[in-house]
Formats: sequence, structure tokens, C-alpha cells
Amino acid sequence: MSTHYPTKRSVLVPMLLYIQDEVGSLTDEAIHEIAQRTELTDLEVRNVVSYYSMLRTRPIGKYNLQVCTNVSCLLRGGEEIFQHCKEKLGVGNKQSTADGLFYLEEVECIGACSWAPAMQLNYDFHENLTPEKVDELIEGIRKKVQQ
Amino acid sequence: MAYLVSHPDEVKVVSKRFGLDATNLDRYLELDGYKALQKAIGMGPDAIINEMKASNLRGRGGAGFPTGMKWSFVPKQSPKPKYVLCNGDESEPGTCKDRLIFEHDPHSVIEGVMIAALAVGSKTGFIYLRGEYRYLIQIMEKAVADAYARGFIGKNIFGSGVDLDVYVHSGAGAYEVGEESALMESLEGKRGIPRIRPPFPAVVGLWGGPTVINNAETLASVPHIILGGGEWFANLGTPKNGGTRLFCMSGELKRPGVYELPMGYNLKKMIYEVSGGMVDGKTLKGVVPGGSSVQILTPHEIDVAMDFDSVMKAGSMLGSGGVIVLDNTMCIVRFALRVTKFYQHESCGWCIPCREGTDWMKKTLTRFHAGGGVAKDIDNLKYLAENMLGRTFCPLGDAAAMPIISYVQKYRKEFEDHLDGRPCPFGKVAEPALV
Repeated sequence: MSTHYPTKRSVLVPMLLYIQDEVGSLTDEAIHEIAQRTELTDLEVRNVVSYYSMLRTRPIGKYNLQVCTNVSCLLRGGEEIFQHCKEKLGVGNKQSTADGLFYLEEVECIGACSWAPAMQLNYDFHENLTPEKVDELIEGIRKKVQQ
Repeated sequence: MAYLVSHPDEVKVVSKRFGLDATNLDRYLELDGYKALQKAIGMGPDAIINEMKASNLRGRGGAGFPTGMKWSFVPKQSPKPKYVLCNGDESEPGTCKDRLIFEHDPHSVIEGVMIAALAVGSKTGFIYLRGEYRYLIQIMEKAVADAYARGFIGKNIFGSGVDLDVYVHSGAGAYEVGEESALMESLEGKRGIPRIRPPFPAVVGLWGGPTVINNAETLASVPHIILGGGEWFANLGTPKNGGTRLFCMSGELKRPGVYELPMGYNLKKMIYEVSGGMVDGKTLKGVVPGGSSVQILTPHEIDVAMDFDSVMKAGSMLGSGGVIVLDNTMCIVRFALRVTKFYQHESCGWCIPCREGTDWMKKTLTRFHAGGGVAKDIDNLKYLAENMLGRTFCPLGDAAAMPIISYVQKYRKEFEDHLDGRPCPFGKVAEPALV
């Protein structure tokens, strides 16, 4: 992939994201390794990491619930869905559950405006949400994990 | 998954292949796929640009700049390689159209990128998708690989002697990267901070080479223009506003969804006929016609033709085509606060009017909505926004300021109803969670 670009660092943003998906988060070791491969300093890589909202340096729960509360979702109850998730999981914004299974995050527009309210569960879109649908999703994951 | 809707008034051009399994290359070929590219190879650069100019196609990302003209700014001779960059970092609140194009018709974007590359004499195209659209990145990567396997992309395409490469690139979550110069920074592996202009990307862009940057919908329209002719496309719309547009209808509507309608279609009809009107029990309070960055229109102002010039005349902007419909149960202060929180979160922090202005507006609105507002706050908000306008590096500052000015101007009474420690008349206090 890195051969597509005239400079080595051009591959940085997708590389960070893909490595984060593999490792779980951008650990010091991961950042160091990426810096070496792109011929940058660790600091230069951290500088980029801190800019992008999907990149993170700390591990999070296995299932990341990203609830959109931006305007189109707001109009159709996005904030209520987010509130419901908080109560259901017993966590606040950007927190993981104690068992490390879930992470909850309020996010900006994810491009599901006509099918609001919506969220992403890791990379999967879930749209036209209701509190019941959210419960089903969460219970479904809990059951799957127990088996 | 995002479901498709349809209405008899729709004119399907870009959405022609939606729902027809066009991600499959064989199926795409049956549906006239890659014919436009072959035709464009025979036409040559000047004829392609002339056809684009005749089509009156204007950029679908939001600014509405004529595409043919943009392409013609690229110098013919350049010591550095030229590039074509497809902006698929769709993140304007209220906009969900590019997603459908990538999902249902990925090859049309590739074809558009390649035709643009032929027109400006570039050998490399990049398709930048936002990182959240992982499933679309997979669809696009497969589409590109399939096209390479058939020899539609790569060396000597269709025996023309032209070499052309197309790559898919992923972002990692940033609204600001949708701005063209920040997009280039991001693609170069840096923080998405805008560049000063001039020089414009058409002269000095990616890695210093001349670069054409177009929205995904713009590029997906290109093959249809090449096949159908610029004049045919121009006649679908209104003067100076050629073709059709994907309008993303959202809010408490009976039939929300993405509809492809001719440019200049009436906004009132779009809401009451195409989208079926408001859900039962709710009435219309206002319409944001082009994504969260534009001015709101009151119910008296919505009898307007949806093309760039008419909406501008009505005091707003056509923007990205995201039509957000507010109902009577939504508090305008709460709405303003949510919009401002978004811009505060997404401001890249590079220039001060935007970084400090959005933060100050957010703090004021948070306090105001919670009942701690004083009368002076209302004018202060407007004053603050007016002083951000035109004073920032990139349009994000304007995008944060323009809607706030319009909310205060048009719904001042509702702001006043929050004064004197009175709780929000709509009974909901939004807690600031995103900080």
C-alpha cells in the first residue's frame, strides 16, 4: 500500500487506523514501530494521532457503541438513545464497562441522517433505533459472549 | 442498512443503478458501465472539459463551483505529477448521499475519477473515504481491484496507451478533512489543517502537484454527462444549475430518505409531497436546506427552488444537499447548542477566530439553555458570530457562524423565552457531554 504514494508518511492515517484495529489501541510500541516504518519521530506520529477522533492511545471495551447525537439524530431522539445507553450500560461518555465488553461514545454525524437515530457498533451501522432495539443489540452481544 | 426510497418526481441519473447490484462488475458493464470512459478516451481532454462546461455541473460538496471550470484551471504542462482526488469524507451533518453512491455504484466514482484524470492529464487518482465508512472502503477496494483485473485501470487502458492508477485511501475521523486543502494534508499523512490560498490546489496541490478535488457525487455524475451529453444534463436542471441532485431528507418526516430530484425542485414540495410531510401531530418549524452549516429558513421562506442561486437569494445556501427539517417540538436554543458543539469539537484549532469563537459560543449557549442567560447574551452571540465570518482560514469558521446568526435573527423570541432563569419551554436540558 505504501508504494502508492510519493512520500513515506502519506500512508500514516490509514496505517494508524488499521494497526489500531489489530492491536486494540495505539500503544507506545505500536507508535514507535509506525514511526520507524514511516521514517518519522514518535512525536510526529503522536501529533497526527491526537488530531483524528477515531484514533486512541488507550484500550477500550470490545464492542464500541458510537451513538450519533448530531442534529438529524437529535430531531429524532438521538440524545434519548444516548441517555438510554448510558443507563443500560451504567457508564458515561467515553467509558468502558467494568467487564471490558462495552465502550460508549457520543459521536458526531456518521452519515445516517435519513435513517436517524443511528449508531455504529464497531464498524456496523444500526439505524432507526429505538430503546428496545438498543436493548436487543446489547443483550444479543452479552448472550453471544456467555456461550 | 440504509434503505432506498423512491418517488415519481425523481429523475434518476446518479442513482440510476442504486439497488441493481452494480457493485458487481459484470452487472455494472450491462448497465452501460465503463462506456463513458471509453468514449472519453476518444474525445480527448479539451472536448471532455467543454462537455463538462456545457453540462453546468456545479460541485456537489457544498460550494457549488462549476466543475468544468475547475478542471480547466489545471495547467496543461506541469513539472510535477498531477492528481485527481475524490472527496468522500462525507461528514456534513444532515448529509448521507455519498454513502449510497459508494454502496450501490462504486464503479461510477472510479469512472468519474478516471475521466477527470484524462481531462487534466493526470495519471493518478485517489478516492478518500472517511474512516467510519469501513464497509464502503471494502466495497471500493474490491471495485478497484476488479477493475484492475479486467484492465480498466492500470497500464494502457482500453488500448489507448494511457496509464492510469486509482487508489482508495481511508481517513480516521475528522470533519475538517472534508475541506479540500485539509483533505490533501490528511492524505499526505499529516494533521488535517487547511492551507492558505492562493496557490489553489489546481496549481499547487497534493505533494506540490496540480490537483483536482471533487466531491464523490460530482464525480459520479461525470460518466452520465459524457454518455448523455452536457446539453442533456444541463437541461435537467435550471439555468447555470445543471442536472439533478441527491437530496437527503431528514427530521420528523413521514418518508425521510435520499431522493434524486432535478436542480431547482421546489423545497416545499420536497417536504410535503416527496417526503410525505411531517409525521402526525407535528408541524414545521424551520428548514436547514443544505447541511448544518447553512442558514435556517422559516416556514414562510420555503417556497424556493432548490438550486444554488435561488437558495442564495432566499438567504441561505444549497450546501451539501442535506435538508434538515425542524418540527415544533425542537427548541431552537437546544438545536443551536448542538450545532455549535459540533463545530467546537471539529474546529482544528489552527486559527483563533474559529477555535476561540466556537468555544465561546458553546459556553454561552450551554449556560443560556440551562437557564443562566442574560438579555445581552443574545446580541453577544450574534456579534461573536458576525466577527468570525470571513475571518478564518477555511470555511469552517463561516459554517459555525452563519447558522447561529440566522437562528438569533429568525427565532429571537424563543431565545428571549429562556431568559430570567426560566427553564427551557420545551422542557429539555441538553447536558454537554462532548467536551
